[in-house]
Amino acid sequence: MNQPARVRDIPRSVLSVRDLLNEATIALTARPARTIMTALGTVLGVAALVATLGLAKTAGSQIVSRFDELEATQVTVKPPRDRGNSRNRTVNVIPWDSGDRLERLNGVVAAGTKSDVDVNGALARSVPVVDPLGQTEFQIPVIAVSPGLFDAVRAQMATGRTFDEGHDKRGDAVAILGPGAARRLNVTRVDNSPAIFIGEEPLAVIGILHDVARQSDLLNAIIVPNGYAAERMGLIAPSEVHIEVDVGAAELIGTQAAIALAPNQPDQLRVSLPPSPAGVRSSVENDVNALFLILGGVSLLVGAIGIANVTLVSVMERTGEIGLRRALGASRRHIATQFLFESAALGALAGLLGTSLGILTVVAVSVTRDWSPVLDSWLPLAAPILGAVIGLLAGTYPAWKASATEPIAALRSGA
Amino acid sequence: MSLVPPAIDLPPPLSETTPAVVDLVNVTRSFPGTPPVEALKSANLRIDKGDYVAIVGPSGSGKSTLLHLLGLLDYPTSGTYYLDGIDTGSLSEPERAGVRSVGIGFVFQSFHLLNHRSTLENVMLAEVYRPGDSSKRKERATAALVQVGLGHRIEAFPTTLSGGEKQRVAVARALVGEPSLLLADEPTGNLDSVTSAQILDMFDDLHRLGITLAVITHDDDVSERAERRIYIRDGVLTEEGEEVGESQTDSIWAAEES
Ligand SMILES: Nc1ncnc2c1ncn2[C@@H]1O[C@H](COP(=O)(O)OP(=O)(O)OP(=O)(O)O)[C@@H](O)[C@H]1O
Ligand SMILES: [Mg+2]
Repeated sequence: MNQPARVRDIPRSVLSVRDLLNEATIALTARPARTIMTALGTVLGVAALVATLGLAKTAGSQIVSRFDELEATQVTVKPPRDRGNSRNRTVNVIPWDSGDRLERLNGVVAAGTKSDVDVNGALARSVPVVDPLGQTEFQIPVIAVSPGLFDAVRAQMATGRTFDEGHDKRGDAVAILGPGAARRLNVTRVDNSPAIFIGEEPLAVIGILHDVARQSDLLNAIIVPNGYAAERMGLIAPSEVHIEVDVGAAELIGTQAAIALAPNQPDQLRVSLPPSPAGVRSSVENDVNALFLILGGVSLLVGAIGIANVTLVSVMERTGEIGLRRALGASRRHIATQFLFESAALGALAGLLGTSLGILTVVAVSVTRDWSPVLDSWLPLAAPILGAVIGLLAGTYPAWKASATEPIAALRSGA
Repeated sequence: MSLVPPAIDLPPPLSETTPAVVDLVNVTRSFPGTPPVEALKSANLRIDKGDYVAIVGPSGSGKSTLLHLLGLLDYPTSGTYYLDGIDTGSLSEPERAGVRSVGIGFVFQSFHLLNHRSTLENVMLAEVYRPGDSSKRKERATAALVQVGLGHRIEAFPTTLSGGEKQRVAVARALVGEPSLLLADEPTGNLDSVTSAQILDMFDDLHRLGITLAVITHDDDVSERAERRIYIRDGVLTEEGEEVGESQTDSIWAAEES
């Protein structure tokens, strides 16, 4: 009656990739609301991560691009420190025609001198007669410039015009007001060249600045031509030269400028060049990223716990289904594979959704700030994979638990 | 209806070299507890190919336990279970799963349909883990549903089906792919007499096709249609017409044993 076990092929049950996909699709779409709730933590985690990385990158490149524009194209030349101020300087190393000399160099966009003028405490006013009742006289700094300086600091005019060579050469008594100075002196229009007075010296206002990109002390100053300052205010020599150079030309112009301005003693000039932009970019990004990455990581951890939790609950709810599948021929490995695949797919979907949400956030913030959104190209690819990995990790314990369920125990629990 | 099926459907005469489909030798299944429950006590049971066996007994007597053992869903505590001549104790877990997927069909006491899937998808599930050609799976599932008289409800969801309809879906799922051993636990338990007669007619058809059937029931209609009746009480098996022990029975298949 009892036969010895025959040697024969015992059939093995299978689970094709197609069936695996199909089963996961049905499982995830059967209860969409639940699926979304399960994935929500990971969606938000990935979104936070993508948004923070994206915003860090965007903000970083904002800082850098502003930096690039201004700093990387600026070269400043000053006389030797030990020469002191212009009054007791014995050797004049910054010539009056610095701007002209430099603008001849290839790579220089604009150049001009800028010198603080000592007016011995003379007050400025815009009315000929001092009114004893109201304050009409002010202590306003006076700055002498060469015409090229306006371009070198990227000055924008609110109204009127800048100096030309003629004003400089003739030493005309003309002035341009920074917006701060104009407000204090109550000058709003220049069409009839209103007069202001420094001490008792009258000057005709021919323009009012709107803004400058560099040398913001110009904004609160009365600006006069070099020729006037030298003739009437005792300016001996320009105190600094500002050069706007082409991007990437700073290094070269730095050397050439010193030779052009002081061919005999170029070493005496102090040339300041922009710092290397690459270093600035990475240090800004690193600071921002470290903080944001920690935040994103924490939200991802919370998301993973969310998936693990709900998957575990669903394993318990689906005990009857697991028993049925075992009865229909599923091996432990098939059950584990199925649950792992489900949670990985859920994680990947969450990653995809989170990535879109994160990118939307970056774009939205950029639009409101008038930034151009910048995103590492690997990020939209890596984030869904990250989600899948999180789903896989989160699903490991529930899947193991599901596969360990004995079929009879599962069947007794009811479907 | 005659207990003896038409001669044309009779399987070829069995010999010593043809193994029984099911052969339990002193199989005991006890559940741990205080005191431990011996749900099956040193059971001996032989079911040959093509047999139609009814298993009858009061509640808690061990019927489901027996069926789960037969279906490789559970392990005996002691004793040996030969399935098609193979000692099931020597099978690995994946091999047991393979045998279940290919050779055994279940109809459970409580249907076990998945509520979020259509009738058709529920039936198709039976072939997900089965090796072999899957291209005609949908056609086979549809055919099985037509066979149980549910061809018009293949898109319906179990929650919208009556108890009898659910039972028939469960039967269709067990039938699809033609298992060699069909195990049914109270397949007519929830059905009225008309529906249960439909199910029983179907079992008769299957029996005629040569499928081996073991059906748990408390219903006299069911047990009358079967050729053999196994009584189970407190985990002890006795076959109708058989003396307690190992003597001859009046079962037509048992009569042919040596
Ligand atoms: N997992 C288990 N742990 C402990 N006892 C169990 C377990 N499963 C079954 N039993 C016990 O084994 C005995 C037989 O159970 P079984 O389910 O086989 O009965 P049954 O004949 O199918 O009853 P019914 O007709 O009510 O379905 C019962 O006393 C039951 O309490
Ligand atoms: Mg039972």
